[in-house]
Amino acid sequence: MSATGIGAAVRRKEDQRFITGKGHYTDDVSRPGQTFAYFVRSPHAHAKLHSIDVKAAAAMPGILAVLTGQDLAGDKIGNLICGWMIHSKDGSPMKMAPHPALAATKVCYVGDPVAVVIAETLAQAKDAAEKIAVDYEVLSAVTDPAKAKSAAQIHDVAPKNTIYEWHLGDSKATDAALAAAKHITRIDLTNNRLVPNAMEPRAALAEYDSGTDSLTLWNTSQNPHVARLVISAFVGMAPEHKLRVIAPDVGGGFGSKIFIYPEEVVCLWAARRVGRPVKWTSDRSEAFLADAHGRDHVTHAEMAFDGDGKITALKVKTIANLGGYMSTFSSSVPTYLYATLLSGQYAIPNIYCEVDAVYTNTVPVDAYRGAGRPEATFVVERLVEVGARELGLDPAELRKRNFIKSFPHQTPVIMAYDAGDYLASLKKAMELADVKGFGRRKRDAARHGKLRGLGYSTYIEACGIAPSQAVGSLGAGVGLWESAEVRVNPTGSVEVLTGCHQHGQGHETTFAQLVSERLGISIDQVSIVHGDTDKVQFGMGTYGSRSGAVGMSAIVKALDKVEAKAKKIAAHVMEAAEGDIEFRDGKFTVAGTDKSMAFGEVALAAYVGHKFPTQEIEPGLKEGAFYDPTNFTFPAGCHICEIEIDQETGETEVVSWTAVDDFGTLINPMIVEGQVHGGIAQGVGQAMIEQTVYDKDGQLLSGSYMDYAMPRAHNFPAFKVDTTETKCPSNPLGIKGCGEAGAIAAPAAVMNAITDALGTEKIEMPATSMAVWRALQTMNRNQVAAE
Amino acid sequence: MLPVSMTVNGKAVTATVDPRTLLVQYLRDNLRLTGTHVGCDTSQCGACVVHVDGAARKSCTMFAWQAEGAKVTTIEGVANGEKLHPMQEAFREHHGLQCGYCTPGMIMSAIDMVNRKGNDLDDNTIRHELEGNLCRCTGYHNIVKAISAGARAMKG
Repeated sequence: MSATGIGAAVRRKEDQRFITGKGHYTDDVSRPGQTFAYFVRSPHAHAKLHSIDVKAAAAMPGILAVLTGQDLAGDKIGNLICGWMIHSKDGSPMKMAPHPALAATKVCYVGDPVAVVIAETLAQAKDAAEKIAVDYEVLSAVTDPAKAKSAAQIHDVAPKNTIYEWHLGDSKATDAALAAAKHITRIDLTNNRLVPNAMEPRAALAEYDSGTDSLTLWNTSQNPHVARLVISAFVGMAPEHKLRVIAPDVGGGFGSKIFIYPEEVVCLWAARRVGRPVKWTSDRSEAFLADAHGRDHVTHAEMAFDGDGKITALKVKTIANLGGYMSTFSSSVPTYLYATLLSGQYAIPNIYCEVDAVYTNTVPVDAYRGAGRPEATFVVERLVEVGARELGLDPAELRKRNFIKSFPHQTPVIMAYDAGDYLASLKKAMELADVKGFGRRKRDAARHGKLRGLGYSTYIEACGIAPSQAVGSLGAGVGLWESAEVRVNPTGSVEVLTGCHQHGQGHETTFAQLVSERLGISIDQVSIVHGDTDKVQFGMGTYGSRSGAVGMSAIVKALDKVEAKAKKIAAHVMEAAEGDIEFRDGKFTVAGTDKSMAFGEVALAAYVGHKFPTQEIEPGLKEGAFYDPTNFTFPAGCHICEIEIDQETGETEVVSWTAVDDFGTLINPMIVEGQVHGGIAQGVGQAMIEQTVYDKDGQLLSGSYMDYAMPRAHNFPAFKVDTTETKCPSNPLGIKGCGEAGAIAAPAAVMNAITDALGTEKIEMPATSMAVWRALQTMNRNQVAAE
Repeated sequence: MLPVSMTVNGKAVTATVDPRTLLVQYLRDNLRLTGTHVGCDTSQCGACVVHVDGAARKSCTMFAWQAEGAKVTTIEGVANGEKLHPMQEAFREHHGLQCGYCTPGMIMSAIDMVNRKGNDLDDNTIRHELEGNLCRCTGYHNIVKAISAGARAMKG
């Protein structure tokens, strides 16, 4: 392993600019003559929109335009779309309602934008917005997905507010196995709604060039090319070649910056209308009302066991809240990213899952770190833990009995797991967590008035999203390959253009490590270029833990081509047969001789073109590749959480966390650990403190950091993080992906620990200290009553 | 409009601003010091922390005119020329950042923490002192490590 190659904990190249305040985020970009956009948003969750009077606002100082949904329709700007078609059980297509960037006839959630003010300054825009009079006819609203079907209909296309009633698996076989079961564990779960809260609020800056009739958009995007495609092909803003999308440094995404949002469409449209650049930067309070939320499932699930504690069947019924409109990939999250993972790490012969997706008068819901897979893990891992308790078995032992042990393994829910060793990660985690000493720690805690609990989560996820044919057959509107271009400069330095986008993942370092390893040059000689549709031809962006497994595989393919061409050139220059050229440690050598050329010398020769026949071998050294994976990847592992509960106050503390994950090949273990830490924090946040609360009228009560509990440093202990390794067989580097694991594993581990400590399963996420205290009081009351 | 004058990163600056202008807006929009970030509108996240007369302040919670005559230091002003501040170095060395958005505020709070609490900070103290700084990427683990190491390095 070289000092900067694959497997080295190289310090990040990108950090220099971030630690010195020289990062370059969207709001840091300013264009000459720029104006500011301020959005007027619906204060009602569900209302007819009769009229908007903008006259007084338009007459305010500094106002360039006040635009409404009627203006948008008048200019024939198309609707936002959901790009993944799901069909119901009866074969009917999902009910996608029109989603205009500015509402024109009705509003569907608090925060639905109805008008935009464009002004010389932001303060002027805000002042003018107060003068806009909107005539609403308020309708009754629904926010609870379980009540959506019987509530007032939100969209004409969707009776009973039902988007689809989908299913996967074998219903009859599953019912038969349940009927024959020795024991059935039943559970009702709420997977609480979350607000992603990347620290950088979303922003958009749009500029129109009338000379070339082209538009440029700077935005906070995880996938600028997909944004350009959707805004061009579906919204119809401009042809793709007349629209440049630049996503510069982006301050966290966690899924919420994948989607194509109304604000960026409106800024582009407004910039062309007013003939000046238009900038919008979200307030945090606005972000709560305008960024797609995550999760929000209500689930009933049943797991069947035989007499040996083997799982024989799993049956799941979920209602998924998709909010007021269908966001970009929302339909796929509670279906193919969820039910396909319900086998967990276990050999379960029969699985059947039904999912009803519903509209409600809430912010649209879409992918959030893990996207469907945390929800699946939560169902499976809670059931297994509760099942073990009901059967009187050790939860680790029950897991071991049911682990899949041979690969490949075809589950009953589409996925074919390719490699793994679930026993290895469980064993290692149990050692690191000192599970053997738990009894002693529990007794110690009891002496201090504390209840101590231990919870496991042995999760699996499907990452490396995704094989294009496979997702195409499941309804995806796009392919999910990735592109790379390797440009070798005459002096031997290298630029890699990737369709992935980094917003915290450290690609500028890890991708450079791959190049360093392969070409034998220092990572300082490598630049990673991403996030600009004028530089990178096309790419699918970063989400679904795909950038290593898919993005780097594309770079490998391009590097293979670079090496092949460089060998040809080296052979000519050194007057040797091409087959005799060996490339190692940055040097091309003629086998069995002392003749050699450094990589940089071959690069120069490629561009000078004096010493090889340029009719046979083109000059230059630049190669591109598209890589389409042949399978998903299957990272898996075991997280063990220990918590302590103060019996008097309910105060609940995570006192120990152990994570052992199998991500396949690690490019940079330091970065991988960081990804795991962050994921755990988000999962613990979901399990213990993060709660999105709507009142019955659809007002978001948890709409700021004063009301929505963001995890803070004192919510966590130091994490113990380790890995095991089985290589992913389907991609050249053996990478599985690590970005989402923590968020997928953590909620079940926390809830299994809390319920273990409490001795009751009757507590839902978020298990706040208040909720834990209530659970304790209920138990005490029941105990008193029983006595 | 109000005249304001202060010293920012060692340079005297003057301007005439709308009285509503927050210090963070003045730094970002007028002086183009965009290293100081805005992550919320309720003074919770700490992405905007700068030093005013040597003490950490959330620059979103004061008007520019309230810094009249003050010495303001932003993330752009903590390095000594090309030489990074030990706390900046520690954040890089210990992977105390991912997306980088909270980082300037974290570093400014961390330096202030050392100034107030000394160079030997235990993890528990650091975690509680970070009450006013939010990070969504790191789970804080490596931020705590970085601050602990940076605090020790500031001794030398």
